[in-house]
Amino acid sequence: MALFKLTLKELQEKFTSGEITAGEIARAYLLRISQVEPKIKSYISLTPREDLLMNAQAIDDGLKAWRKTEPLMAMPLGIKDNICTKGMRTTCGSRMLETFVPPYDATVMTKFNAQKPLILGKTNLDEFAMGSSTEHSAFGPSRNPWNQQHIPGGSSGGSAAAVAADECVAALGSDTGGSIRQPAACCGVVGLKPTYGRVSRYGLVAFASSLDQIGPITKTVTDAAIMLNALVGHDPLDSTSAKRDFPDFTKSAKKKDIKKLVVGVPQEYFAEGLDPEVSEKIQDAIAVFEGIGGKIQEVTLPSTERAIATYYLIATAEASSNLARYDGVKYGFRAKECKELAEMYHSTRSQGFGPEVKRRIMLGTYALSAGYYDAFYAKAQAVRTLIQRDFEAVFQEVDFLVSPVMPTPAFRLGERLEDPLQMYLSDIYTIPASLAGLPAISLPCGHSSKGLPIGLQLMGRPFEENIVLRAAFAYEHATNWRTKRPIIRS
Amino acid sequence: MADISQKEVEHVAHLAKLDLTEPEKTLFGEQLSQILTFVEQLQEVSTEGVPLTSSVADQESFLREDLPRKGLSQEEALSNAPEANEGFFVVPKIIAK
Repeated sequence: MALFKLTLKELQEKFTSGEITAGEIARAYLLRISQVEPKIKSYISLTPREDLLMNAQAIDDGLKAWRKTEPLMAMPLGIKDNICTKGMRTTCGSRMLETFVPPYDATVMTKFNAQKPLILGKTNLDEFAMGSSTEHSAFGPSRNPWNQQHIPGGSSGGSAAAVAADECVAALGSDTGGSIRQPAACCGVVGLKPTYGRVSRYGLVAFASSLDQIGPITKTVTDAAIMLNALVGHDPLDSTSAKRDFPDFTKSAKKKDIKKLVVGVPQEYFAEGLDPEVSEKIQDAIAVFEGIGGKIQEVTLPSTERAIATYYLIATAEASSNLARYDGVKYGFRAKECKELAEMYHSTRSQGFGPEVKRRIMLGTYALSAGYYDAFYAKAQAVRTLIQRDFEAVFQEVDFLVSPVMPTPAFRLGERLEDPLQMYLSDIYTIPASLAGLPAISLPCGHSSKGLPIGLQLMGRPFEENIVLRAAFAYEHATNWRTKRPIIRS
Repeated sequence: MADISQKEVEHVAHLAKLDLTEPEKTLFGEQLSQILTFVEQLQEVSTEGVPLTSSVADQESFLREDLPRKGLSQEEALSNAPEANEGFFVVPKIIAK
């Protein structure tokens, strides 16, 4: 079997045993990327061939004496291009940062680099992670490996497409309102948003600070657990990073049943607007959970219908503050030929930001402006408390929740570009867990009649990634969706 | 229905330090009105006595000890500046002649 088809765990085992070298892994992925990248466009920047081969050589040379490896050593990874990589361009999918080369690493990169992985490149995203399709990237959209006329989802669409198209074995994404889970669902791979605070955001370019979280996109649940192990832990450089113990998450992905677990089915997630094909697949998944020992219980989360309005006020307000830093002074783009400072600020921001970013900055600025703060921002933060309380009440009775990830399979490129509100509405099932800071995973649970993947979402209590992973693993192994791969004709 | 006037669009753009073209003003005016109409539904929710969210997942924030540590060098800090000179960021004149 071709190297690029292996899962992270399989590749790790072959490398650890000495069956394959880092050099062979690097060459296999360089070849794969050269074949499919022109069609899928997962990456904004690729590590230069010579650098990658040199890194691989250094790993192999270092191992000659005796073979002591780390879990991610020589593993070929893609990194979402809003995570700072020292010395490697980090664009955020924006003209504003087109030439930005971070002088430091994000904490997650420092953790990764200590294990000597092979960083293949930086993956595409909607500009500043604002979007659900990658169509808002200043560098053009990525394509869905299952059908190139369709979106890969977003905003971590490049990461999800790269994993699905075997252009990396696993990737990092970031999730503010669904940006890991939704593209994972669109591309038929696994995406895990950890609990807010579980993973340091130091070096993640800020979008909405009370929501942003980094997490893995992988081929299997086990791979997600391996990646999570490498990411977690308190970081003094991120004051929201939690001081919590963490288990070995790979131990959660072992059991093939969910005996003694209570599975909650929130009725609001199956209401009007859910595509019948998606609904059917989620119902099938619920039956699978029952078959492997879960006790199914219908529950209600009444504030769900308010989640989108709440989210788009809070996220845009925070974005309008966070993006005030792009002023053409310290880094990034500066408009040319400006005679004075105020003109330079205005011209830089007007030329450097794309339309979706401007729209959100405008909405957020409006919601925070004098006279509107209480009616919009403060109200949204109060409703957010109600959304959290809904979850707290339900988690007294159930161990995890099952739902769709998005109301439809991946839509066609261009289909919703002219109608921002329509695009926002497709985030209905991923936003509530973001607002409440809960861990949530997306994994494949079938295909539409047109052959597009459909995703299943499991949400858990704060810091109970282990239960979410356990349930996801048991489901994955009670079905065979993980073996289905897209065929990309070159 | 929320209706954002052209003047309000211009005011918000000014606060956000954005220059909008005439077509952008019209488009954003329409789209923001539509989005604000949608979010106005929150006014129907009773939140009397409900505290505003200040954290999620029972989170506390942590401050690290106030000890000196190595930061970026001046050279690194200036490495991405559009214009720098002798250790300073350079900007256009603050007050035009």
